[in-house]
Amino acid sequence: MSASLEKGIHALKEQINAPVASFFSSCVRCGLCAEACLFFTETGNPKYTPIHKLEPMRRVWQQEYTFWGRFAKALGLSKPVTDKELGDWETLVYDSCTLCGRCSMVCPVGNDITYMIRKMREGMAASGHAPEGLVGATKLAVTVGSPMGVKLPALQAQIRQVEAETGLKVPVNVEGADYMLLLSSMEIMNFPEFIGAVAKILDKAKVSWTISSEAFEATNSGIQIGVSEIAAELVQRIVDAADKLKVKNVISPECGHAYMAIRWEGPNLVGKPFSFRVVHVLELLDELRADGRLKLSSKETQRLTYHDPCQVSRRGGVVDQPRRLMDMVAENFDEMPESGTMNWCCGAGGGVSSNERADDLRLQVFKRKKAQLEAVKPDALVSACSNCRIHLEDGLEKYGMDIPVLSLTETIAEHLADE
Amino acid sequence: MSEIELFNWIRGPALQIATLIFVVGVVVRILEVLVLGRKQDLSEARGSGVAGGLRTIISRMFPDRGTLQRSTFNVIAGYVFHVGFLVTLLFYTPHILLFRDSLGVSWPALPTPVIDATAVVTLIALIAVLVHRIQHKVMRFLSGFQDYLVWLVTFLPLLTGYFAFHRVVLDPQAMIAVHILSVELFMVVFPFTKLMHTFTLFMARYYNGHIAGRRGVKT
Repeated sequence: MSASLEKGIHALKEQINAPVASFFSSCVRCGLCAEACLFFTETGNPKYTPIHKLEPMRRVWQQEYTFWGRFAKALGLSKPVTDKELGDWETLVYDSCTLCGRCSMVCPVGNDITYMIRKMREGMAASGHAPEGLVGATKLAVTVGSPMGVKLPALQAQIRQVEAETGLKVPVNVEGADYMLLLSSMEIMNFPEFIGAVAKILDKAKVSWTISSEAFEATNSGIQIGVSEIAAELVQRIVDAADKLKVKNVISPECGHAYMAIRWEGPNLVGKPFSFRVVHVLELLDELRADGRLKLSSKETQRLTYHDPCQVSRRGGVVDQPRRLMDMVAENFDEMPESGTMNWCCGAGGGVSSNERADDLRLQVFKRKKAQLEAVKPDALVSACSNCRIHLEDGLEKYGMDIPVLSLTETIAEHLADE
Repeated sequence: MSEIELFNWIRGPALQIATLIFVVGVVVRILEVLVLGRKQDLSEARGSGVAGGLRTIISRMFPDRGTLQRSTFNVIAGYVFHVGFLVTLLFYTPHILLFRDSLGVSWPALPTPVIDATAVVTLIALIAVLVHRIQHKVMRFLSGFQDYLVWLVTFLPLLTGYFAFHRVVLDPQAMIAVHILSVELFMVVFPFTKLMHTFTLFMARYYNGHIAGRRGVKT
């Protein structure tokens, strides 16, 4: 057994716990998870059946953690997991799974398959079978602080631009602020309007907030690639910055996977509860709305629909908030069939968008979103994740659909009441 | 060994051995899962994990609309053979008498003609799911030896029981012996195969619902 394979198997063994064992013990090979996965429904290829993507990990469980499996292994009757096999599984685990969690919602025996894919990636990365694109993004995240290589001067330049446009001060490194805003690199580089929108809304709501110059990146490549040590280091940077500025709350930006990283995985990665609360920006906006601190002077009149970013709604629990906000800002809001926690993924989450090898596949499976949109025929599509947004724009362009993609936060900011 | 001795062995010692393997095997398999444990979740919960876990144990009995539409046959046939299997196992008078004698508990039976009809429907449903498993590209792709073995050991008790009830194929006493033997086979295979889902699915659903429930997601 090569050293890298040994590391991979060891990492997989470390990941197996009671939930994983109960899931593998319960699978009856009914195949229902296939129909819940856009990589199967849009390609028809059975190898994309979610539970099949875990086959090497299942065998590690069986051979290491069941009496019968250990017995068979001792007699040399079981098929060991090989390096080649892990290599063959790389595209299944990284290119054709966005960790969207839809399979985990339909499995009749209750298996959280996505939870296991996240764990399997730890073994894949440890054995050297992670995709190049994600390896590169992770290196940049560690060395530069951003998976896209966005440095502080770039953020500062965008902040100056936002300040000039809005006439508002974007507070940086303000000690004792109530809220510390995190951003994703994509927002900084592609959608700086998001920063302006938050500045406007929080100014009107009289919320004290700040951005840290030391930890502004919310995304976490360590989670997508499956290296918990790196993921923990990236979370720790945020914890340190929040502690240094003594903030009470940290705002996760729209980016779905950033929310998963800081809200749900974060404390578990660093090994202790946070001293601050983490809120998704839509959660905060909904709280402000309920407090009467978010007032709008007008509404969108065009027909709108809302695309749930998987990590925000299905995996994150921010499901009702965006709907209340949509009702507030849109006169004509229609749901897509199978929305909310049963929404279909855009096809680019979970690190798929950082993995160039998967480019054709993610556009192919976008047909599922296309079909959902065709059922509603909206004038514009609202979402709350910059990664979804870029891929949605990509997909809509590829299939010749002329539907603008909006950010919910930015849409709300455009309709803010002056008072 | 005479025929009578063989029948007696099947009804006596063999049944005891099979029951022992079944009970010990199931307990070991459940313990094997539980001893692995899991780390405490340190994130601040939005909702109740326990409530989510308990809710999911019940809610996963019912498919979401999309799954029902996309996998109608799979869902319906699955329901039919599960319900049919349990009804014939638990509500046929001779079975209840057996439970009463061995476990000391009993409950009302269903009329025999109802059990008879249920057995036929269940046998048909089981044949249908086998054909479906062989024809459906995903199920065929996922299936291995164990999936067909489990099908067979589930099918045989129903089939032999049906033959015994109608006094066909073999003389009644021999047929009942074969029926009991098939049940013993089912019990011996049970702890080593996916038949374990009968028990572990409650844990799986609970864990899934617990993870989601803490996050405020209803699954």
